[in-house]
Order: sequence, then structure tokens, then C-alpha cells
Amino acid sequence: MESEKKSRTRYRVAVLGLMLGLLLLMAWNLSMGSTSIPASHIPGIIESRGAGSDGTFYDILWNIRMPRILAGVMLGGALSVSGYLLQTFFANPIAGPYVLGISSGAKLTVALAMVLMLGRGMTLSSLGMTATAFLGSLIAMGFVLLLSNRVRNMSMLVVIGVMIGYICSAITDFVVTFAEDSNIVNLHNWSMGSLSGLEWDDVRLSSVLVMVGLLCAFLLSKPIGAYRLGETYARSMGVNIRRLRILLILISSLLSGVVTAFAGPISFVGIAVPHLIRSLIRSDTPIRMIPATFLGGSLVTVLCDGIARSVFAPTELSISSVTALFLVPVVIYMMVQRKGENR
Amino acid sequence: MKKISTEALDAGYGRKIVVGDVNLEVQPGEILALMGPNGAGKSTLLKTITSQLQKLGGVVMLDGRDLSGMDEQFRAREMALVSTERPRPEWMTCREMVSTGRYPYTGRLGILSQEDRKKTEEALKMVQAEAIGDADFNEISDGQRQRIMLARALCQEPEILVLDEPTSFLDVQFKLDILGTLRRISKEKGIAVILSLHELEFIPAVADRVLCIPEEGDTRMGTPEEMLTGTVLEELFHLPAGAGVDMAEGIRTYAEALQKWMR
Repeated sequence: MESEKKSRTRYRVAVLGLMLGLLLLMAWNLSMGSTSIPASHIPGIIESRGAGSDGTFYDILWNIRMPRILAGVMLGGALSVSGYLLQTFFANPIAGPYVLGISSGAKLTVALAMVLMLGRGMTLSSLGMTATAFLGSLIAMGFVLLLSNRVRNMSMLVVIGVMIGYICSAITDFVVTFAEDSNIVNLHNWSMGSLSGLEWDDVRLSSVLVMVGLLCAFLLSKPIGAYRLGETYARSMGVNIRRLRILLILISSLLSGVVTAFAGPISFVGIAVPHLIRSLIRSDTPIRMIPATFLGGSLVTVLCDGIARSVFAPTELSISSVTALFLVPVVIYMMVQRKGENR
Repeated sequence: MKKISTEALDAGYGRKIVVGDVNLEVQPGEILALMGPNGAGKSTLLKTITSQLQKLGGVVMLDGRDLSGMDEQFRAREMALVSTERPRPEWMTCREMVSTGRYPYTGRLGILSQEDRKKTEEALKMVQAEAIGDADFNEISDGQRQRIMLARALCQEPEILVLDEPTSFLDVQFKLDILGTLRRISKEKGIAVILSLHELEFIPAVADRVLCIPEEGDTRMGTPEEMLTGTVLEELFHLPAGAGVDMAEGIRTYAEALQKWMR
């Protein structure tokens, strides 16, 4: 009983800390960049709403940086929760949308759709891109599931995912190479993973979709918690396993699809953040993990995007380079640590 | 207090019947042990009784009512399971593990009420595991883990408790401990128990009745005395002539010792 209280306090402090850290990082991201704006001036500029001499600054702050930061918050959170759901689904702590090739599947379908549409002189709407990405995620997930039935080994599952990712990326490269020159630059940037160029409309649409996915995931906390004990026990507690598994696939594909549609594949956030959060709150209860993982994903993504944009400013790094650099060591540490447990 | 029974139950995979035409009945407070060689279908039968597997024919009845029509959540309040699966969830205390038994009783988000917490503590107490309540489930011994899984099942407040090889791979003191606890609680709470056991010597000490499941042919039900005889053992386990009588004799002696020391 005493320990339960301690664990609750620990969770609350952690969530508060994550929120505070996220706000600080957002402020840092807002003030920092090729045009540096002191944090103390920011409220004034935003309040001016672009009137007077601060017009350019207002534009940079409100129409370029702000949407980008908010997109980072939403998409980063979505990616981590997607990773958490996949880890639960496969009972495998080294699962995530990127390593399982699901992000690459979404990338492939979006690239295909973009090139096809552009070839006919049309552009793909954001919603269309998201739907395409969702479909691509589902297809890649389907392949992973099909093959995962044949391997009962967790590391093999990840290897299969990586392979599927490679195939999808290779086909994407083919498609991009055959596309018109002017489109390639755009497509290339996006296919590396980047939050740049996102606008308020994108933020609105992605927020709605992410929030829907997040809410659904949260409402599934109870059966997900039971599923931690494995299928047999979950079923004996009255969980409808089939339904739960289908919902988990749909929600995680929706979340990772939205991310890929708007920002391209962002690597390793989905796999590493849930692990970091678990160690932070010392619990794996879904009702705590889902909100905390979302916050953690937001924080990591905003941080990495800030770094991607500032280290070699005005040249931007792809966000995946930064996330990989920070998060791959975490993943490796996880894998090495588990080896002794023989799972 | 409810009894569980089956009528002409066929259990198996796909279309293949592994154990057919099973008629059994377990009264509240009674323990039924399944006895038979590997592969004869003890686990298959248990999985079918607990609806983990689709039954291939016949009925499973709870107090005379067909179980297959019941809502999953409702069924979970009536029947709990200790399976051969060994879950190893991360960051879970033993208390948390036991409290998962409250699943069928909690609301939409699964938040534990005061009542649920009380039941969790009671279940921990029943198996004498209060001391390890705060310990990480992955960091306790196999014997303790099994005790916690038993507490988890009891926390579900079932009328029927099904255990698939609850004592495999445990040392004798843990076997004594788990089975003794099980027997005591079954009598106290009037829970009908069905379990599969590899350890024949424990059957007379634990079970009120025995269901023999041969590789081929019909199942038979009887008391431990009736079933642990030379002829039955020889037939069931394909032992050479004469071996069964010797074994039955040995089992009886061992079982008496266990009965004496089982709390």
C-alpha cells in the first residue's frame, strides 16, 4: 500500500517534469533559429499580430516556428504511443513503427501517390496523404503479421521488420528517381523525415487525428493492461482478444501513418521513448504509460527538431539523423540488457 | 457456490478430437485431478473447459447452465485460471499482478476501487505472500511466482478454479505449499477445482476425484484409491506387467507422508 502511494507520487512528479521540460523546449525552439529572437520579446511580438515593425518577426514566430513546434508535439507524441502499442501487441520491447518497417510502408504509398498525382498535374491534399499513409502502414503491418506467425522469436521479428523497411525504401527510391526533377527535391526532403514547412492547417488536421487515436488508445488501457499477462490470461479475464488485436493494429497504424504523412519517417522515437518513460515512472501500467509516453515523445521530438535546425544553421539536418544519434544508444542498451533474460 | 460439469464434451484442435466424450462433474469444494500420459489431452481438455479453445462437441455447464452462451466478462467472474504460460511483465509488483484478478469487476478504465484493493490484500494473505507484495514479479523465485499466480486467480473470486500443471518444475516444498494452500482454500470457500498433475503421488493427498485420460479410448472417473491401482497405472502409462503394482504401492506410501505434512 505504501509503495502504491510512492509510485503514484513518482508518476505525478514525472508528468509535471515532462510538461515543464516540454514548455521550456518549446520556448527555446520559438526563440532560436537563423533569426534569433530573445525570449523576452516573444509575447510582445505575438500580441502585435503582425502589425507595425515586427511584421517579419511575427511571421517567423507565428506562421513558421509555432506550427512546426506544435506539429513536433503532436507527431512526436503520436509516434511514441504508436510504438508503445506495438510493443504491447508483440509483447516485444524492441518493437516500434520504424524498426518494424511500418513507417517505411507508409512512406512508400505516400511517395507513390504523390508521384502519380503530380504526374497528372494534381496535388495530394493533407487528408489524402494521411489516408494513403494509413493504408501503407496497414499493408506493411499486414506483412509483418503474416511473417510473425512463422517466427516466434522476438529478434527475428525485428529483423523481418527491418527487411520490410529496406524493401519499401528501395521501391520508394525507384519511384523518386523516375519522378519529375522539380518534385524530387521536395519528396527527398520529406522521405528523410523533417518537420519543416508544416503550416497551421497541417497542425489542425494532424492534431485532430492524433487526439482521436490517443483517446482510443487511452480507453483501451484496461484490456491492454490485461494483455500484458499474455493472451491466455487476458482471455480468462474476459478480454476479447481478436477485437483488441485489431484495434491495436488500427490505432498504431493511424498514429504512425499521420506522422509519416506530415513529417516523413522519424526514426527510433517510437521504440526508445516508451522504454525511457517506463524507467522514469517505474511502471508499465497503460493508463499511466499512454499519457506519459505521449509527453515524452513530444519532448524528445521537439528537442531533436531544435537541434536539427540549430546545429548547422542555416542548413538543417534531417530530424531522423538527430533522433538516431540520441536514441539508438538507448535501443542498444535495452537489447544488451535483455540478452541475459533470454527473451 | 456452483458446480461445474461437462456432458459428452469433445476437445481438440481444428477438427481433430484429442479427448472425446468427457463426462465429469465437480462439486463446490471438491478437487478433480486429471491424470494421464503426455499428449493424451489434459491441457486440451482444460483449455476447452475454460473456453480458451473452441469445443468440438458437447457442453460445459456451470450449475447446469451452458457456459458457451455466457458473456465473457460474466464468465470471467465465475471461472479463473492458472495456466502453464509464464507471463513476465516488466515493472509489475506482485501486488499489481494479484490485482489483475479484479479485471472482471472494475469499470471502463480498470481503476481499482477500495473494495478491489481489499480483495487484493486478502488474496495475498490467503497464499501467505503479504511479505512479497511490493517485490517485482520478475525478481522472485519460481515457487513464489506460482503462489502469486494462485493469489491472482483467487482474487478473481471464482466459483470454478482451473489449474494446468500448477506444480511443474517446482521443488517439493513448493509443491506441498501450493497444493496445500489450494486444498485449504477450496474447502474454505467452496470453490470447485480442476487441475492437471504430473506428480501421481500428490493425487491422493490433494484430489477428491480423478479423471483418467488415456492416449486412446474412453476417459474414466473415480476416487484416487480406485484409480491409483496397479492395473490402471499399467494401462494408462504403458508400464510393463507388474510395474504398476509396485508403483501404486510406492505412491501410496509417499502420498501418506505428503498428507501428513501438507498444511
